[in-house]
Amino acid sequence: MKCDELEVLLHALIDDELDAGHAQDVETHVAGCSACAAQLASYRAMHEIMGGGALKETAPAHLRSRIEALVAAPASRVVSMREFMRPTRRWFFGGFAAGSALSAAAAASVVLTVLRNDQSQTIADEVVSAHIRSLQAGHLMDVETSDRHTVKPWFNGRVDVAPPVVDLTAESFTLLGGRLDYIDNEPVAAIVYQRRKHVINLFVARHLGAKYRRTLSESIQGYNVRHWSQDGFDLWAVSDLVGDELDEFVQKIAGGLRQPPRAS
Amino acid sequence: MADDAVAEQERMRTFQAAALPHLDDVYTLARYLMRNTHDAEDAVQECFLRALRHFDSYRGPAMKPWLLAILRNVCNAEFARRGKEELPTDYATDETLAEEMPMWQEPQASPEKMIVQRQDSATIRRLVAELPEPFREAIVLREMNNLSYQEIAQVAGVPIGTVMSRLARARAMLRSAWNATENSIVRPGPAAAGTAP
Repeated sequence: MKCDELEVLLHALIDDELDAGHAQDVETHVAGCSACAAQLASYRAMHEIMGGGALKETAPAHLRSRIEALVAAPASRVVSMREFMRPTRRWFFGGFAAGSALSAAAAASVVLTVLRNDQSQTIADEVVSAHIRSLQAGHLMDVETSDRHTVKPWFNGRVDVAPPVVDLTAESFTLLGGRLDYIDNEPVAAIVYQRRKHVINLFVARHLGAKYRRTLSESIQGYNVRHWSQDGFDLWAVSDLVGDELDEFVQKIAGGLRQPPRAS
Repeated sequence: MADDAVAEQERMRTFQAAALPHLDDVYTLARYLMRNTHDAEDAVQECFLRALRHFDSYRGPAMKPWLLAILRNVCNAEFARRGKEELPTDYATDETLAEEMPMWQEPQASPEKMIVQRQDSATIRRLVAELPEPFREAIVLREMNNLSYQEIAQVAGVPIGTVMSRLARARAMLRSAWNATENSIVRPGPAAAGTAP
């Protein structure tokens, strides 16, 4: 793999858009190429600084109240202030060499096949839908207990995994119970936790989306979603908890899985 | 009539619950596309009006990219309406201010020593704001709005390969911009980050 072919892939690696095999290829090349390693390090540092939230804007309070008032009014009274014409592209291409853009585009077209499957996005949406469904009355739990030794055996024969059930009561994540759910037409184990009034659904299956070594974060329809793979499981955590607290939850679960099973 | 009113209220509530959590994301994109707070606020308001009007035809999958695509159309329509007129920007363009807040320092002499320094976010904002439009949009959708390549492609209405080349180009331009920034803070001592084995 040549360095100039690799450049677009470096970004895809940083953005967690490569499938595991190609991520491995890129990392192997980078390990033996100091120029690409330096490039990767500086782009990754930029990504971490820019994606860290410091550059995100917060809507000013007066705008927020304007929008809230707007969506609280009956639709018939909502009239657009301006008639907007069909969007016109007026891209400004000043000041950069068209040649390098073209070669980057050419390189990008070569690598499309190595991108992470859209299936993950579909599953992320399904996971959120399953979470929302579970919040409707009577849908949350099939087995209702705070005892992990009751939850785990309940799944026997219902799903093809023995899902790990971690007790996080000490961390103020209360175990509510378990539920059988379907995602991507496959039965999956849903383990339900709660912190304060916020329900967390932890979906566990052998195969549920692409494998990631790092935790993948996203926010869908206002719900926070975390996805990672560990110990042969794919795990998805969904909640309306704020991102930091859901990250804490993920850390505790991941930590709990690494512990050898205790005799009980 | 009463049933209609109830249904309408239900619809508004659904819209509020689905759309309002993304207000900051919509505002962030508006702020970087319009480059001043006044126009950004108008664009956000128009975006939510349109979203509400078209909410009945919304079929998913994800609310955030849908809203951002509407916002982008609102901004482009506004650019078209104004023609060649220069949009006012309230990002720091004052030279002395810019030089007082240097970007990351990335010494070019030795690739092994390349390291990016955390600098003032106002400076980063300014450099992002100075990127040409399609690259600015791509980088904001990726970094600030945290969209996937697939979602960026949907919002910008371009193939995923174009998204990738724009992102690569945007990051390369940003990197040269801070390299070119004079009066950068000199890194204290040698650092060993980014070395290959």
